[in-house]
Amino acid sequence: MMTLRAASLFIVALMASLLLASSAAYAIAPERMPTPQLEARYLALIHGFRCMQCQDESLADSPVNLAADMRREIRDMLLAGKSDQQIRDFMVSRYGYFILFKPPFVLKTAWLWLTPGVILLIGVIMALRIIRKRAALAATDVEDNDLMDA
Amino acid sequence: MSRVTRFAIPLALFALLVVVLAIGIRQSPEKDLIPSPLIGKPAPDFSLPSLTEPGQRVSSSQLRGHWYLFNVWGTWCYACRMEHSMLLKIKQMGAVPLVGLDWKDDRQDALSFLKEQGDPYATIAVDHDGTEAIMWGVYGAPESFLVNPQGIVVYKFIGPITQQDWDQHILPRLSTSAAPAAAASS
Repeated sequence: MMTLRAASLFIVALMASLLLASSAAYAIAPERMPTPQLEARYLALIHGFRCMQCQDESLADSPVNLAADMRREIRDMLLAGKSDQQIRDFMVSRYGYFILFKPPFVLKTAWLWLTPGVILLIGVIMALRIIRKRAALAATDVEDNDLMDA
Repeated sequence: MSRVTRFAIPLALFALLVVVLAIGIRQSPEKDLIPSPLIGKPAPDFSLPSLTEPGQRVSSSQLRGHWYLFNVWGTWCYACRMEHSMLLKIKQMGAVPLVGLDWKDDRQDALSFLKEQGDPYATIAVDHDGTEAIMWGVYGAPESFLVNPQGIVVYKFIGPITQQDWDQHILPRLSTSAAPAAAASS
């Protein structure tokens, strides 16, 4: 029992350290913005865009040249006083919805947003049915025990 | 009845899964080719320094009124070198002028490469810092955009153009769309 707990703790620690190590290894030197507000908006924006070359990474995490160019472009737009929405619209107008890690809810992306909900609903219905069936079985067991006791 | 549904539901779910995965597998070869939102829209306006003529600029306004194939390349790009002989062939055919965008390249490297291998381009714009490539939604080289006389992006080809790609994807768009425009102008 103790060894099991120790082993699981060890695995969690190992995974955590791997996670930390990998994020440190891939961290990109952040480009500074003149004010903390702009810095926060900049960081939020670059974490929300996909790097088009290494498609599972955000612009914030990607070390490729194109991502650096895009970060510079976003920085320039922020410094020019563009709103977050204007910057997002610009990126979508050039690269399509694919560049957004969180695509908007439009007709084209509706299935993307709705499918998980539909699957969850099916799962909940199935789980409820099974639980109800088991509960009914358990109830009859208890009744039998009561009879035996009496 | 319940025995039937007990088999029918998992079977139906399995069939659904098969359909979804089949669609996924069928589309997987084009997974890396992200459709451009610029198709059917005006090509980005630009005015950039010319690679071959120092002090001159290449601008989108000069290109209005005729077809051109906007080709994004760089000497650092291996696939562009593979594509180069096809570009020379396109030039030789005279089907459509090639407008190059020398992307994040060294000027001297680019000039000596063209001197050695031949220059297929009618004109070449320099995108030294990569800003113009972002305007076109470029995410790799080579990429080619077919632009019509009205300045509308008709088609985007991602990757090195082969003879087969030219015959199948680019030439048909050029001839079918060019015909009415030519008829209208004459």
